[in-house]
Amino acid sequence: MQVTVTINGEPVARDVEPRTLLVHFIRDTEGLTGTHWGCDTSNCGACVVLMDGRPVKSCTTLAVMCEGHEISTVESLEVDGELDPVQQGFHELHALQCGFCTPGMLMTARALLDENPDPTEQEIRTAISGGICRCTGYKNIVAAVRWAAEHQAATRQEA
Amino acid sequence: MQTPAPFDYERATSVEGAIASLGRHGGEARIIAGGHSLLPMMKLRLASPACLIDINDLEAELAYIREEGDTLAIGALTRHVDLLRSDLLAERFPAFRDAEQVIADPVVRNRGTIGGSLCQADAAEDLSAVCAALGARVVIRGAEGTRVVPMGEFHLGPWMTVVGEDELVTEVRLPLRPGAGSAHVKVERRAGDWAIAACTAAVWMDGDTIADAGLGLSAVGPVTVEPVRAIELLRGSVSSDALFAQAAAIAAEDCAPIADTRGPVDYKRHLAGVLTKRALRRATARALRQEA
Repeated sequence: MQVTVTINGEPVARDVEPRTLLVHFIRDTEGLTGTHWGCDTSNCGACVVLMDGRPVKSCTTLAVMCEGHEISTVESLEVDGELDPVQQGFHELHALQCGFCTPGMLMTARALLDENPDPTEQEIRTAISGGICRCTGYKNIVAAVRWAAEHQAATRQEA
Repeated sequence: MQTPAPFDYERATSVEGAIASLGRHGGEARIIAGGHSLLPMMKLRLASPACLIDINDLEAELAYIREEGDTLAIGALTRHVDLLRSDLLAERFPAFRDAEQVIADPVVRNRGTIGGSLCQADAAEDLSAVCAALGARVVIRGAEGTRVVPMGEFHLGPWMTVVGEDELVTEVRLPLRPGAGSAHVKVERRAGDWAIAACTAAVWMDGDTIADAGLGLSAVGPVTVEPVRAIELLRGSVSSDALFAQAAAIAAEDCAPIADTRGPVDYKRHLAGVLTKRALRRATARALRQEA
């Protein structure tokens, strides 16, 4: 059936099977492979994308359920070669080892900072509790999100 | 790769339309809202509906938390995140916020709904215990009209409810009564997991006397356990730690946990008692405003 979705600001209209999961739609139909397909059971959070600004697990959402909604994937973070503060934070503080959980962590962190620009460590830990890092690098992930919060505030003050 | 078996898909534009569509499919269709229980079951072929009727566009009709006279009404499509954030709900029934902080994880809570949680009829699910303890009534609408079912009669067994194949749960109604206090406590293996055991306690105080009480236990029986003998003991008694201990011991006796990866029977039974006591203590303190 026909579905019209806005992905990273671009409206796309595609013919999909109703059973197509959003994660496969993004990766296979749209070729945006930054979103990772992990546990397939809504436990690991590697597939998190934003739906109208809220993080959702794309392995447990049908593409057809996104009709008329705005989806943002990890590819939307970098703009004109400029990394998003959460990406820069992960880079600065080595918040990834194997990198598999990273796209989900980045999108979850982005949504957190959009809603709460100055989160506490506990608020960050709660926000990312739907993501599993099997390298168990949570400490650096939390620090990177704090880094992003601080540098985001600095950027805003300059602007 | 886990993908559901093929199915047809319809997007409902009204509650009436969704009910009519359910009727047309004669039991072969399922309602989908958050989908975070149904889609995993469909991937595993534990459920294979021929058609999914998506009600996510019905938020204007079905997503709300509001007071209507002596009732707090919650629309069936109200998502966990909105239940968690509602100050009105936390003020009237703090057990909801207790539970919502420990249901799955924040990302799942952005999609899952109260109607879906109750209809899933999973004994380990938290909101069923909360709604049972608070004396909730579930509004079910069908082509013939609307009926209201007490929470205690809503679940027929594991994954089974009284909702007919052409009916839709539209609302959960919670009676507002004076002197209320409630709490939900849960023990899980790790953040976001299902309960090893969980308990909601609700009390309605008249001075130091428990005028009425409700209890609901998760994950310690084939459906949400309402320990009737413990509730009867509490009713009309003066609140005390000794009373709570006695009620907790009875509740632990009256639940029916099974051994699984989350623990053996005696551990779960012990935990059910401990959690019942803690929930009663906290609910009573809240009713008496001794705890924020």
